[in-house]
Amino acid sequence: MTSRHGHSGSPQYRTAAPSSRGERLLAFGTYFLAGLVVMPVIAIVFMAMGSSGNLWPHLVSTILPRAISTTVQLMVGVGVIVFVVGVSTAWLVTMCRFPGRRLFDLALLLPFAVPTYIIAFSYVELLDYTGPVQSVIRNLFGFQTSRDYWFPEIRSLGGAMFVMGFVLYPYVYLSARASFLIQSACALDVSRTLGAGPLRLFWKVALPLARPAIVVGVTLALMECLNDIGAVSFFGVQTLTFSVYDTWLNRSNLTGAAQIATIMLVFVLALMFFEYYGRRKQRFHQTTGTYRALPSYELKGWRGWLAVVICALPIILGFAFPSLLLLSRASRRIEDLFEPALWAAAGNTLWLAAVAAAVSIAISLMLAYRRRLFPSNVTTFLGRVASIGYAVPGTILAVGILFPVAALDNMISASTQALFGFGTGLLLIGSGTALIYAYVVRFLAMSYGQIDGGFGKITPHYDMASRSLGHTAWGTLGRVHMPLMKPVILSAALLSFVECMKELPATLLLRPFNFETLATTVYNSASTEAFEDAALPALSIVLVGIIPVIMLAKTSADTFREKRANKRFSKEAAIAPAE
Amino acid sequence: MKLLLKGFGLTAVGFALGTTALVASAQAEEEVNIYSYRMPELIKPLLDAFTEKTGVTANLVYASDGLGERMQAEGANSPADVLLSVDIGRLQSAKDLGVSQPLENEVINNNIPENLRDPEGHWFGLTTRARVIYASKDRVSQDTITYEELADPKWKGRLCTRSGQHVYSIGLFASMIAHKGEAETEKWMEGVRDNLARRPTGGDRDQVKSIYSGECDIALGNTYYMGKMQTNEKDPEQKEWADSVRIIFPNTEDRGTHVNISGMILAKHAPNKENAIKLMEFLASDEAQSIYAAENFEYPVEAGIEPSELVASWGDFKADDISLAEIAALRAKASEMADVVSFDDGPAS
Repeated sequence: MTSRHGHSGSPQYRTAAPSSRGERLLAFGTYFLAGLVVMPVIAIVFMAMGSSGNLWPHLVSTILPRAISTTVQLMVGVGVIVFVVGVSTAWLVTMCRFPGRRLFDLALLLPFAVPTYIIAFSYVELLDYTGPVQSVIRNLFGFQTSRDYWFPEIRSLGGAMFVMGFVLYPYVYLSARASFLIQSACALDVSRTLGAGPLRLFWKVALPLARPAIVVGVTLALMECLNDIGAVSFFGVQTLTFSVYDTWLNRSNLTGAAQIATIMLVFVLALMFFEYYGRRKQRFHQTTGTYRALPSYELKGWRGWLAVVICALPIILGFAFPSLLLLSRASRRIEDLFEPALWAAAGNTLWLAAVAAAVSIAISLMLAYRRRLFPSNVTTFLGRVASIGYAVPGTILAVGILFPVAALDNMISASTQALFGFGTGLLLIGSGTALIYAYVVRFLAMSYGQIDGGFGKITPHYDMASRSLGHTAWGTLGRVHMPLMKPVILSAALLSFVECMKELPATLLLRPFNFETLATTVYNSASTEAFEDAALPALSIVLVGIIPVIMLAKTSADTFREKRANKRFSKEAAIAPAE
Repeated sequence: MKLLLKGFGLTAVGFALGTTALVASAQAEEEVNIYSYRMPELIKPLLDAFTEKTGVTANLVYASDGLGERMQAEGANSPADVLLSVDIGRLQSAKDLGVSQPLENEVINNNIPENLRDPEGHWFGLTTRARVIYASKDRVSQDTITYEELADPKWKGRLCTRSGQHVYSIGLFASMIAHKGEAETEKWMEGVRDNLARRPTGGDRDQVKSIYSGECDIALGNTYYMGKMQTNEKDPEQKEWADSVRIIFPNTEDRGTHVNISGMILAKHAPNKENAIKLMEFLASDEAQSIYAAENFEYPVEAGIEPSELVASWGDFKADDISLAEIAALRAKASEMADVVSFDDGPAS
């Protein structure tokens, strides 16, 4: 039953034949759910099949070369920033001791709470002519107008790299950090015994071992950057996503827009495939369950302070500056805090994000568990397919979601009409359920990636033991895997929660009447070009986002604390035979 | 497993809640459902006045893009009755998507001039806004200007504007094509691009700010932003920016200043058609037109309704009376040309 193609990264082992009802249910469920999640992307491909008139000669001769080059530059720039910042800070907080390490460990995740479009707005406010920075410069040097001095323009490609880099690096930080922590102390100890110094250890052992995790983090950050429309349109950076947008709206050519989006998608999938293919033969297993205290280097004197600076800088740039600016602007509108509309929006944001996160976790567990039980090309493929929504620009994905959802809605209405004599109208869209669907489609990649990775770290021996002791596959999931993966599940849930909270394009397009979330409230104010009015709701997103982000940081930190680890592993030892 | 069940449970609860909300709203007596490309802030006073007058509750979804597609996807079950839009382009594409229905209504047709509504009755203009020149009070002395003149090298390094792909810019470019033809417009767009002080970015208010900062001397912008800034009590620094510029209406000597419209369509499958028409008649009425003028600093379309005092203080102008249907048809071309001349890359040198 278990196919043995070497493409899946998960451990290979045999299980009972999938003949039980539970397992057939699981198989059916995964096909159904993956199909549901991929439907919007199919809708986009379908839209792309129409005729876009004479669009392509125009695109090829004018925008495409420029848009591709801008997009590649932006991705390279953001990629370098998130890699350098994410990996270096993760290494410092996991492997070194220096003043404030514990605090940085948590605080480095804070920029997660800030949506890209908000950080873009904030930096323009901060750095443009009337902002505080230039005002101080003018006062200091007695300049009169902007022609008297040079100041870097934030609304530029460089500016976009900067803001996106410092708001997206936590993806890399989070995955690199987890990877460094989990690297078997043995591997590192052996290297140290063989005389590797800290630098050599980092380059030759830790970094290659962490490569899959870092790639996952960088990929997520680059997808965000590729699909962003808020910041790039605000900064006038003409990326491919920008062209998709122009083609759709200014030339009323949705077909053409879908075509560009489809080609982008193919491009992204090809990249992901090559990366995956490149490391298909690499396998990293934990050979022992020894998660002893990691070796740590004490950084003394200037080295310690350098580490402090390296860790503080991204927090200041990606979180503190924009938040302080929002705070100062919001304080002028403090009376808005008592607007019931703001609280209603916050409530909507919370329940939508919570339900969407729960649903994402449930679907991810099913897909990843089936892949664990029956590792094959098919189950691996299902997992990848379910993650595809993340690779499509948000605005166009929103339209892609619209068509299947509305079709389904119309089908429901038609069938109740036939059965009971009354139509339900648009149940899914009218109730906000469509939004939850949209969030799951968009962000399933996040929770699936984490949960699939979490399964990969649990040795198959536990499954065997559990099954041979009489548990069913479902029982094993509930009694063995879920308890072991609690921290992974929690962090996946929190990650999804934060992402859903920040989501804008699909929320705008698919929400019911008189219904706002915090993100759409920010958008409403920002579209009247009134930054001041947008500051308070923007700050609310950041504040609401901080709570799950701190929980996220704590979960991932707790998981690996030595004491806990010992306790946990002794519990496991009771279930699993000693190795 | 527990978590799994919890997830499904929560979805079910969410679904049930939503359904009850839906049923409850379906029972409400009189209502009209609006999909709006116009910001809620700008239409709220109008809808409040409408509800007060008629007792009909107005429900609203605002989004900047895609509402036409949403109506198309929703099909016959679409709850939308009326679509409100900020520019001619989106009105026209709603018509092209087949989500509108023609309306022959005496009240509306009497109040809205012919060149500001669709010949087939699918869309109606409600207000006009002129695309004008903001000029520095200190550094620009001339009192008249033409759009053509913006390509004159004397403005080199002195002109600012927002993105050439923004709907307002596209509207202006399309009107140039309508009047001057493609070849001349392309040359003109290159000239304008080369006069830019910086790459086109930001919104219309940002252009005023750029004049205030000394980065440029003239800029393109819509009229009502000036009103919004001049009366901004919450952010008095915007009054200061606005105070550094004055408005010049281009081409008043010849064809007139380019105007765009905000407007409305009646949804093809409007479930509350009667109320929808009530709302549309109201929006075209004296009362609503005066509110537009007073609160939003736009120009009413109805003859005889005066603009607000502040708007009037910017001076009289002659509006280009070319049919907006013609401009709408040239938008795609205008957008392509903005790409061809790399307008958004800024000056060539």
